[in-house]
Amino acid sequence: MAMLSFEKKYRVRGGTLVGGDLFDFWVGPFYVGFFGVTTLFFSVLGTALILYGAAIGPTWNIWQINIAPPDIKYGLALAPLKEGGLWQLITFCAIGAFCSWALREVEICRKLGIGYHVPFAFSVAIFAYVTLVVIRPFLMGAWGHGFPYGILSHLDWVSNTGYQYLHFHYNPAHMLAVSFFFTTTFALSLHGSLILSSTNPPKGEVVKTPEHEDTFFRDTIGYSIGTLGIHRLGLFLALSAGFWSAVCIVLSGPFWTQGWPEWWGWWLNLPVWR
Amino acid sequence: MKPVLGVAGAVAALFLTIAMFGTAGWTRPPLAVSQNGFRGTGMDQVESRADAIAVKAENVAPAPADPAEPGGELAGKTYENVKVLQNLTTNEFNRLMVSMTEWVSPEQGCTYCHNTENMADDSLYQKRVARRMLQMTQHINSTWKESHVHDVGVTCYTCHRGQPVPANVWFTDPGPNATSGFIPRNNGQNLAKPSVGLSSLPYDTLTEFLGQKEIDNNVIRVNATTALPTGKGKPIQAAEKTYGLMIHMSQGLGVNCTFCHNTRAISNWSESTPQRVAAWHGIRMVRDLNGNYLEPLLSTFPRNRLGALGDVPKVNCTTCHNGVSKPLNGAHVVETYPELAGPVVAEAPTGAAVPAPAPASPMPASPVPASPMPASPAPASPVPANPAPDAPKP
Repeated sequence: MAMLSFEKKYRVRGGTLVGGDLFDFWVGPFYVGFFGVTTLFFSVLGTALILYGAAIGPTWNIWQINIAPPDIKYGLALAPLKEGGLWQLITFCAIGAFCSWALREVEICRKLGIGYHVPFAFSVAIFAYVTLVVIRPFLMGAWGHGFPYGILSHLDWVSNTGYQYLHFHYNPAHMLAVSFFFTTTFALSLHGSLILSSTNPPKGEVVKTPEHEDTFFRDTIGYSIGTLGIHRLGLFLALSAGFWSAVCIVLSGPFWTQGWPEWWGWWLNLPVWR
Repeated sequence: MKPVLGVAGAVAALFLTIAMFGTAGWTRPPLAVSQNGFRGTGMDQVESRADAIAVKAENVAPAPADPAEPGGELAGKTYENVKVLQNLTTNEFNRLMVSMTEWVSPEQGCTYCHNTENMADDSLYQKRVARRMLQMTQHINSTWKESHVHDVGVTCYTCHRGQPVPANVWFTDPGPNATSGFIPRNNGQNLAKPSVGLSSLPYDTLTEFLGQKEIDNNVIRVNATTALPTGKGKPIQAAEKTYGLMIHMSQGLGVNCTFCHNTRAISNWSESTPQRVAAWHGIRMVRDLNGNYLEPLLSTFPRNRLGALGDVPKVNCTTCHNGVSKPLNGAHVVETYPELAGPVVAEAPTGAAVPAPAPASPMPASPVPASPMPASPAPASPVPANPAPDAPKP
């Protein structure tokens, strides 16, 4: 596979976290590395287990394939393979693959001599997943509280888990997470439209500079966060969305068992108007 | 300027986060979880172990009184003006009176209902209400046995818990400004009432759904039955009313929505749990009790026992359940009080003095039972002429 003209200078040795020169090479355009191998191992094994689970399940309908966690009665122990044990193994493989990938990103960052922003951001996503399938089930005392792996079945779990707290939209951390999700997509759409419009000028006009972009937003909303700042803001908004998602679900169950509307009793009981 | 803003923002975020956790109601592991759906569906009842223990301790059934000595004269012969329990023996009758005092008016004693000068006197409204409540208890334990209360049954204590007025009765909520002349324009919602778990849902759903005995059986149903709309369907306000009622039921039983429903298809019976059937009958039972036993007491209750709109105190799910799915932790409370299991008819060998039951209203305001089931009030037998003013002493 052809190499891009500037790619050569990034293909440097070293920067690995473990194993020294072991696997420190490229296959075509792809860096391998120790964690590339473990990523491959866990993802292939996990996918194979999912296929096995689908094969012993009642359907090959892609929407209905369901690999469910064990019954609550198994607690934090291992369950029989066909009664949730498969889910436990797949969860283990998923976390192994995700973490390997994040560490591979770290190694690439070290080779490039850049900051760890990308693996950090990905780690927040992993954290949200681990919260759902490890931290919260652990706090609640049973792996059965994890969500099932299936396109529709995981949505059913979301619905029922939300209704466990009568009205999940009253969960304050859920409110924050939802607000951050909307804000990050809104910010991305503003930023994307700005970049697309400045780099695609009408016929006869030149491509606009960042000064033009800043001026546009200063004229429109009185402030421009700037070319670097918008990416910091975007990262903050996106990571906050994932972080508060994890918080909102880890609160529900381990630390709050009533309906979420009742949490707002403190507001009704403020001394000002109680 | 920038660092100041940054610090201010961080401090504000920190305080908001602390405030979020500093409010009441938080729990912590370990949890007591019960699963009531297929694994992975999320159909679980979740509570902390500490809360579960506390709720269980709050709902302990009182020990039944020692059994009455067998034999003896019927209460209807011994005492005057016994209209519901006349076919009990005097010993059984007195045992129940003592128990009722402990269940309903332990502090006030017999005089809460009885004129001690003449125990047969009906002048106190409490006695007239209590008589009707006895019939209601028998009605619940017989007519609604198969479909709702089963072997658990109810006694006075199920609702009263040692209080003359049960803690969880309800009145029609007139909303704000009911007396000021201004018409409230809140569409009956957005007031964070406890009746709907402090949500913004309509707060007076009980009047419509539980207060009327003659009501369209489908009024609570709001889900479409077809994938695509075939007509206008029910408005979202109807869905919110139903949601309000469902939150009441959840709160009353101390369970969440998944106790009865798989919320992927809330209206689908085949995906619901067996508990939903009991709940469906429970809704009908509450309507029956409100319509046939409580509404007719309107003229019996004094004004201070009525609601803001002059309506009688009514029952809902919480009245009996008091926050647990099986009242009094599912204790079979009626087992030791067979006289409450249904209208007591005279036994052939001992009840020779009692004539054949003739359905008659023991009270002027007695209603006509709406259900097709034999819910006729206890047979009224002629009051013995023999004055027997001595009464049960608790």
